[in-house]
Amino acid sequence: MGALPLGAGGVSAGDTAWMLAATALVLLMTPALGLFYAGLVRAKNTLNTFMMCVAAIAIATVLWAVVGYSIAFDGNGSIIGGFGNAFLHDVGFAPREGTAIPELVFFAFQATFCIVTTALVSGAVVERMRFGPFLLFAALWSVLVYAVLAHWAFGNGWLQAHGTLDFAGGVPVEMGSGFSALAAALVVGARKDYGRQALLPHNAVYVLLGAGLLWFGWFGFNGGSGFSTGHPGVLAFTNTLLTPACALVVWFLLDFYRGRKITAIGAATAIIVGCVGITPAAGFVSPAWAMVLGAVAAVPSYTVIVLRTRTRVDETLDVLAAHGIAGFTGILFIGFFAQLSWNGASDGLFYGDAAQLGHQAIAALAGPVYAFGATWLILRAMGALMPLRASDRDEAIGMDVLEHGEEAYASGEGAILLTPEAGIEEPVPVADPG
Amino acid sequence: VRKKKGDRVKLVIGIVRPEKANDVLEALYRAEVRGVSMSRVQGHGGELDRVETYRGTTVRMGLADKVRFEIAVSDSFVDKTVEALSGSARTGEVGDGKIFVVPLERAVRIRTGETDHGAVTPVAG
Repeated sequence: MGALPLGAGGVSAGDTAWMLAATALVLLMTPALGLFYAGLVRAKNTLNTFMMCVAAIAIATVLWAVVGYSIAFDGNGSIIGGFGNAFLHDVGFAPREGTAIPELVFFAFQATFCIVTTALVSGAVVERMRFGPFLLFAALWSVLVYAVLAHWAFGNGWLQAHGTLDFAGGVPVEMGSGFSALAAALVVGARKDYGRQALLPHNAVYVLLGAGLLWFGWFGFNGGSGFSTGHPGVLAFTNTLLTPACALVVWFLLDFYRGRKITAIGAATAIIVGCVGITPAAGFVSPAWAMVLGAVAAVPSYTVIVLRTRTRVDETLDVLAAHGIAGFTGILFIGFFAQLSWNGASDGLFYGDAAQLGHQAIAALAGPVYAFGATWLILRAMGALMPLRASDRDEAIGMDVLEHGEEAYASGEGAILLTPEAGIEEPVPVADPG
Repeated sequence: VRKKKGDRVKLVIGIVRPEKANDVLEALYRAEVRGVSMSRVQGHGGELDRVETYRGTTVRMGLADKVRFEIAVSDSFVDKTVEALSGSARTGEVGDGKIFVVPLERAVRIRTGETDHGAVTPVAG
């Protein structure tokens, strides 16, 4: 890092250039997630599912600027930060403490994390949660859950202060979204036909393309979390290639062992699981251990996906398995295999520091408990004030027509133009349902 | 005369909501209907039209997606089939669909060359 001369005010041009690009890469992850999720639902819910991700960009960005960033990154409070940076007050061109990039860039980079994490939770409630209540939920969740967990793990909150290592968000992003998704699925409840009828993904190509674009964006997500072009960022970047590749190989083997077929949607899931697993560990473990992590992380997530479908819990798109469980694996993995010679920060148990495993275990417990509990309370409180889900009849029609008045695959046959300019104002005769 | 009556076959056509298609299939299997084909169709049956807007282009969708079941059965199986269809496809709202029963001139099972009664879902017992 010190090799490059710093420009005016301690800002590094190289670091800033990379972080600007990394921010754009991470923002792409949210539409990519929308595509991934949209492919996994039925055709009649394609747009609504995608729109939940688009809504997260809108809602989480605004709230992050208003108060979320400040709660996460203003000051060294144990539980939450302060309100000194609310409405971007004092967030300018001066470098963010501990980095050589302007705080404005740091803010934007962190905003994209809040966005994609908020979008992730939607996977638990797609195909039945009403859009209006989801918007409110996204607003509350991004501040009350994400910003708080981000402070704990990244903003000198109690986890980071006690020595927990979390490179790119195993606690706030991965366990935060995964265990919140479980709570959301329990409060909102299962889709009406869940467990009775097969509710299948409608476009596996979207799922694969979405996973591929997520992986692409993840290079910014992990590679940018060193906030520089120095060693941690470089290590994290390359580990983001290695871990998902190993997760894919092991997932192939698990798929083949169970069903004698290697599945496409399984492969897409494996990419996510690998990216999630390396997220907390990316800048802390050697490339060789990163490859081992990919192999290790595949097994618990695969198991949870298999077991979850045997329960009545309709955590629809398996956010818990892909993010919560893989994030949990990654956080603990650091405690065993972190290596001072690679990360310059700490050794894990395997390299002689048992205490690091303890720090990681506390995070692996506290993150899920807070995420689950807070999300459960938010949705319970909202549920007391408004219906969270569509009626059975509306659910049957599909959320696209119901909530957005659009269809993903409108044919146009039988569609009568109503635009005033077309001059067709008179009602088209329609049989009276009487 | 009795044998002649048993040999008659009918085609039962059920046009139902797509979201009810799985329920209908389940009911038909329960009624021991063994042969069925289905296709996706679009139609209009007096239900209220949906209004959709695409970037300022507002349209009234005059045709709704439906699923059309075609089931050839022997005469004495018609009532069971119609009951299974209507019972499983009904929501009580406009747009539940229609059932038509039409006589069939002839039915042939291609594999065996069996005709009529032998070619379709037979009378149980």
